[in-house]
Amino acid sequence: MWDTIVSSTPQIVQAGLEFTIPLSIISFALGFIISIFTAMIRISNPKGNIVFKLLWRFLKLIADFYVWLFRSTPELVQLFIVFFGLPNIGIQFPAFTAGIVVFSLNTGAYCSESIRSAIQSIPEGQWEAASSIGMKYWQVMSLIIFPQAIRVALPPLSNSFISLVKDTSLASSITITEMFMVSQQIAAKNYEPLLMYSIVAVYYAVICTLLTWLQHYLEKRTSRYLINRGA
Amino acid sequence: MIKLEHINKQFKGKYALKDINLSINKNETTVILGPSGAGKSTLLRTLNLLEQPQSGLYQIDDQSVDFSKYISQNQILTIRRMTAMVFQSWNLFPHLKILQNITEGPIHVLKQSKSKAQENARHLLKLVGLPDVEGMYPNQLSGGQQQRISICRALAMDPKYTLFDEPTSALDPEIEAQVLRILLKLAAQKRSMIVVTHNMEFAKKVADQIVFVENGQIEFTGSREEFFDEPSGRIHDFLTAMEL
Repeated sequence: MWDTIVSSTPQIVQAGLEFTIPLSIISFALGFIISIFTAMIRISNPKGNIVFKLLWRFLKLIADFYVWLFRSTPELVQLFIVFFGLPNIGIQFPAFTAGIVVFSLNTGAYCSESIRSAIQSIPEGQWEAASSIGMKYWQVMSLIIFPQAIRVALPPLSNSFISLVKDTSLASSITITEMFMVSQQIAAKNYEPLLMYSIVAVYYAVICTLLTWLQHYLEKRTSRYLINRGA
Repeated sequence: MIKLEHINKQFKGKYALKDINLSINKNETTVILGPSGAGKSTLLRTLNLLEQPQSGLYQIDDQSVDFSKYISQNQILTIRRMTAMVFQSWNLFPHLKILQNITEGPIHVLKQSKSKAQENARHLLKLVGLPDVEGMYPNQLSGGQQQRISICRALAMDPKYTLFDEPTSALDPEIEAQVLRILLKLAAQKRSMIVVTHNMEFAKKVADQIVFVENGQIEFTGSREEFFDEPSGRIHDFLTAMEL
């Protein structure tokens, strides 16, 4: 058993470094950006002329539809549509890119809800105080609201990231040789599926544990200002 | 000078402000009085454009706004820079240290250099008697201290008019006196202040002009002598009700 663990480690670690971790980090980074735009579109009510208002309403509808679509359909189905389905209409992605596209959009949809609710949880008085001294909308958002909202959003965002790391195992179904697929390949050769899947489970658990520690560290950092009087 | 003409503001069909006509002079303290729910805060927030009435004209120095027409974002920002506001519940930015709470506006809105903004902020902190709190977070201060910081934040914007929305109503009496002393100091400096308050003693001491609002309408405008010494009708009833 020990020999199997030692001999499979380099391959699984390599798959993790080449695919699982990059897939997770890139998808989360892109998904986070998408989620901010989506949340902003969904909560903003900008003033302007009728054409601008109609255009914004249309954007809102698209954002609502996007969030509904990606939260209502299984990620595996989304992967299959993008990787196996889209080539039928002439859109073809390499497997890794297809993975990035689906995981980013999926993360974006879920995280946008976390960010939307975090922004909406900031008291109205904060908006008013910042606006009353003449700050522009983006200044209010970036200097006052977002830094407070990110503290509220951090736990759900961390959950999304940790889920994403585990969900990248689905990428094996579209031929990406990430950690789970490598363990499958080794199990097919050594006929030790229980051992191999347990080993890969431990690797996922190690990554997710490290991320949990990172989450706790960031939570502490972003909560520094919540010091009680006399503390 | 501030001038409001025929201002009307409705919330869900009910008038919060009805045909408001008012002039407010520079370098004077105007105190807005009235029972709860009368429309005092709505009137004050209109001056900062946190509330935008459905109709009426608003003139503040060289800026004028017709509320029945589209108001550009630039105009809103210009007027807000002229009328900084102090809120009843302070609304300090909890994630920023005290010094940043005061300098954030001057640096990002007025484009002051960081060093100049900090120098000003330290001067203001001394003015309100809190020179040693610049490195603390709002959460570490008492209510009265937070309100004094919010006064600093407003003054740091060097507004032409400073608006106070019941600045002491969330404070206990002892701490209220600390904040009122600062307002008295500012009034003595001939700053243009518009104050919504329930504190009659404060109004008696500093008001150059008193505005009495009820049911969204202005029932009285005049000097404090006229208001307190020769009250008649509803004003008399109001003042009597305020006495113990």
